[in-house]
Amino acid sequence: MARKTARPGRTLGVFFLGLAIAFGLVALAGTWKPELGLDLQGGTSIRLTPKGSPSSESLNEARKIIDQRVNGSGVAEAEVTVQGNKYIVVEIPGDSRRDLVDTVKRQAQLRFRLVACSDQDPSRCPGSGAQAPQDPTAPDTGTGAGVTAPAAPSDSAAPSDAATDAAPSDTATASGSANRAPVGFADGTDSPSPSATDGASDGASESPAADASDDPSDGATAPSDAGTPTSAPVIPSPEGGPDVADPLKWIDAPNQEAIDAYNAFTCPQDGTPVNVDDDPAKPLVTCEWDAESGVAQKYLLSASMIEGNELDSASAQIPQNSVNYVVSLDFDGGGTKAFTQISEALVCPSGTVPPCRQFAAVLDGQVISAPTMNSLITNGQAQIEGNFTQASAKSLATSLKYGALPVTFTDFSVETVGPSLAGDQLTAGITAGIVGLILVMIYCMFYYRGLGIVVIGSLLVAGAATYAMVLLLSKTANFTLTLPGIAGLIVAVGITADSFIVYFERIRDEMRDGKSMRVAVEAGWVRARATCLAADAVSLLAAIVLYIFAAGVVRGFAFALGLSTLIDIVVFFWFTKPLVSVLAKTSFFNGGGKWSGLSAETLGVDKIAPDRPRVAAATRTSQEGTA
Amino acid sequence: MGRISRLGNSLYNGSRSIDFVGRKWLWYAVSALIVLLAVIGLSVKGLNYGIEFTGGTQYKVTLPSDQVTQDNADALREAVGGLGIDNAGSPVVNTSGDTSILVQTEELTNEESDEVTQTIIDTVGASTDDISQDQIGASWGDEVKDRAILGLVVFLFLVVLFIWAYFREWKMSAAAIVALAHDVIITVGVYALSGFEVTPATVTGLLTILGFSLYDTVVVFDKVRENTKSLRASRTTYAKAANLAVNQTLVRSINTSVVALIPVGAILYVSAVQLGASSLKDLALSLFVGMAAGAYSSIFIATPLLVHLKSTESEVVLAERRAKARERRNVDRYASVPVFKEDMPIAEPDGPVPGALMVDDDLDDFDDEDDAPRPASAPEATGRGRTVPTTQRPVGQSRASGRQQPTRQSRSKRK
Repeated sequence: MARKTARPGRTLGVFFLGLAIAFGLVALAGTWKPELGLDLQGGTSIRLTPKGSPSSESLNEARKIIDQRVNGSGVAEAEVTVQGNKYIVVEIPGDSRRDLVDTVKRQAQLRFRLVACSDQDPSRCPGSGAQAPQDPTAPDTGTGAGVTAPAAPSDSAAPSDAATDAAPSDTATASGSANRAPVGFADGTDSPSPSATDGASDGASESPAADASDDPSDGATAPSDAGTPTSAPVIPSPEGGPDVADPLKWIDAPNQEAIDAYNAFTCPQDGTPVNVDDDPAKPLVTCEWDAESGVAQKYLLSASMIEGNELDSASAQIPQNSVNYVVSLDFDGGGTKAFTQISEALVCPSGTVPPCRQFAAVLDGQVISAPTMNSLITNGQAQIEGNFTQASAKSLATSLKYGALPVTFTDFSVETVGPSLAGDQLTAGITAGIVGLILVMIYCMFYYRGLGIVVIGSLLVAGAATYAMVLLLSKTANFTLTLPGIAGLIVAVGITADSFIVYFERIRDEMRDGKSMRVAVEAGWVRARATCLAADAVSLLAAIVLYIFAAGVVRGFAFALGLSTLIDIVVFFWFTKPLVSVLAKTSFFNGGGKWSGLSAETLGVDKIAPDRPRVAAATRTSQEGTA
Repeated sequence: MGRISRLGNSLYNGSRSIDFVGRKWLWYAVSALIVLLAVIGLSVKGLNYGIEFTGGTQYKVTLPSDQVTQDNADALREAVGGLGIDNAGSPVVNTSGDTSILVQTEELTNEESDEVTQTIIDTVGASTDDISQDQIGASWGDEVKDRAILGLVVFLFLVVLFIWAYFREWKMSAAAIVALAHDVIITVGVYALSGFEVTPATVTGLLTILGFSLYDTVVVFDKVRENTKSLRASRTTYAKAANLAVNQTLVRSINTSVVALIPVGAILYVSAVQLGASSLKDLALSLFVGMAAGAYSSIFIATPLLVHLKSTESEVVLAERRAKARERRNVDRYASVPVFKEDMPIAEPDGPVPGALMVDDDLDDFDDEDDAPRPASAPEATGRGRTVPTTQRPVGQSRASGRQQPTRQSRSKRK
């Protein structure tokens, strides 16, 4: 007890230090206005047009997944709707959220395949030997000219197109199509002529790979359009032959058709994603684009070993002893089994002589990373390395976590939308809140007199803490304040104030039993604490359960409820109680002054406490002991 | 002030008390009536779900960029909302880019749709060609609803377990859940009767009420538990102790309700007076009604119901009987004292000893038969000389006194 009474000053100090740190962080973040929601501030609207005409079920499925992607934490208050069974409209609070476009529309089909042949290790694909040395020369020369030189004679138009087209990237693409032999492509014989005729107007559109971007004027469309199964000029997967169902066996002896397809294929050297038909049951010929060196590598991959839906979770992180972001994957039971199988087959301790066998993580038809298996991994945890920035790693992890989209989107438009509520609603809400708070303070001053100062102080401190948290969260978790959210925070005042009311009533009850203020403050605290913790536990339980299970608006609500409850507990324990303890030492309160709120008159007792039955008093003491 | 304080004090020590528990049938009846009204309202009028739940129609009004302003959007919202069409009562209107304003309403009939189009044309001076219509789906789809309901069910299950574990009393869980259902039904009923649109904000409001109702009930129950912990020692019945608890927390309940309802009331007033139709008003109304109901139910419903549920428990019944016996005895404490007559013996050998009733607090007397003959006690020492009491316990040698003394056995070994 003695130590407890000696401490309150320090506790108060620590509390204010914590509050100051919170505001310091806010100052570092540099925003003093909370991010407002769609209804109050408007935001960015992204309208996605799907390729073809998917069924309304798959559109709804896509809507759900996109909703989870943009609203994963549940506090961003984004809105995702299907419009007219044709579009999906994503509305996100904030003016400049173009960064979310990729997250929204990435199809996120992740597959793990084994590498049969690659530019680095073409030994199992006879016939590629002649071509393999050519490919590395492409990046070296830098422009399309060098690449197009060995092109088939039928494509003689291509070099001249490349010359007319200023952009080197276009020529590289053209060379890609030029290099390609007709073998293995259904439309192979047709393609040279369109490429020759179209080439003059737009080099990018002539190659099957670049054809994916149907709107070349819109630069952002191109990178994310890969792996479209329905578009006409896709590169079909080669048939896998008899062994295709067993990738481990298949990679040692790929069938000839696949090898031919591999040999015939050339990667675009400008980073344009190849448009391949990513069929999990078939082998795949595709590329890996290394943005750093500007080299595209060609791969012949087995049928899929692990599908993206066999992931339990995905997250972006920087592993120890590393500087680059990776995406960590956690497989579920089936995925872990398959991954262990791969690991056992390919394991290649770092000491062994290269080349080691590789496997590849293929996202939407593109190889994003083709690592070797340095050690046996049996726990189903893997990491994808690539040239990730923090943003791209996070975006990929989010897309992977919430699954693949059943629909591909070809077109999107980004627009700024205005607020859906009139401007006077916000002012009215805030005015009402302030008026309400002032009335609450007047009531508390009237009823609790001196102690009312504690209530007001606590409410102000709680308000400041809430404001700081809202600011910090809008910075870190895209937390946005909608009108209902603001109303919720105002309502939380009542619940916060209840803790103080319970406590003060306890103190008064104790004093009615004849205790002095200093004793009553401590005795009342013990009981009020138990009551408040129990009641707040219910609120916290509601917040946690709803946050885990619910989605959308309800999640946002749960978050706000949990936040205000935690702030209530923190303020109650580390501000209100110490403050009352400190005040209990002052003669103003302790002496039972008329305005202290704890005078005999205010308590309604006579100076000498009325005689109460002794048994009842004894019971009360015994209860205290057990409480 | 003085009188309120006096009231607080007398409520605390029980010298004044409002009989919340005893008049339970009155409160049950009042609540049943309100709940019945709410259910009737709900079944007759039904809930008016908003665009977020039902989907609807979107009108895209293409305008020159200098006309795409927030003012015009606000004007459109007023105009369309003021048409008196139920499904267009609270349209969502916002600007979209520099070229258009979007007006979203719920599903409309063709005539209503024409009316809305005409209103848009009149308000912003667009032509029919500038307006395009589109179907929009629900942003609050079934799976959001399902997951919210799943979360709710899990929460209620856990809260029942929590209250049970914390108070060691499943009947408290039951009473708290009944009170909660009472509050939610009343709030939903108010929504149905007033015809307000149910939006995601409404759901938020309902959840707030849910939390508040349980919170308030737990605070009151905490006091009930404290008061009823040792019924026997405090010589009271469960009903009385619970009633005292409610009275003792009454001041807190009133203060909390006032403090919680003032801000909500302010929002309600400001939004009703300043704004006319707005989602803020709907939200504030549901919160106001729900929180008032929550405060009411934890006092008037939860506690009486708890006492009601517990009234058949043996311990509670015994306490009740003890209290009744005590009461009967206390009607005239000296009834057993005989009127003095001339040659009356000072004590009747077999009768109850005068004053014994006042000493014995009757703890072990479980039955009503208070006037049954008590076990005979040792005859009082009358006359002269030492009367050796008859031995009632084993007597053994005591070294300290040098003579035989009754040995004191530990309680468990006594016969």
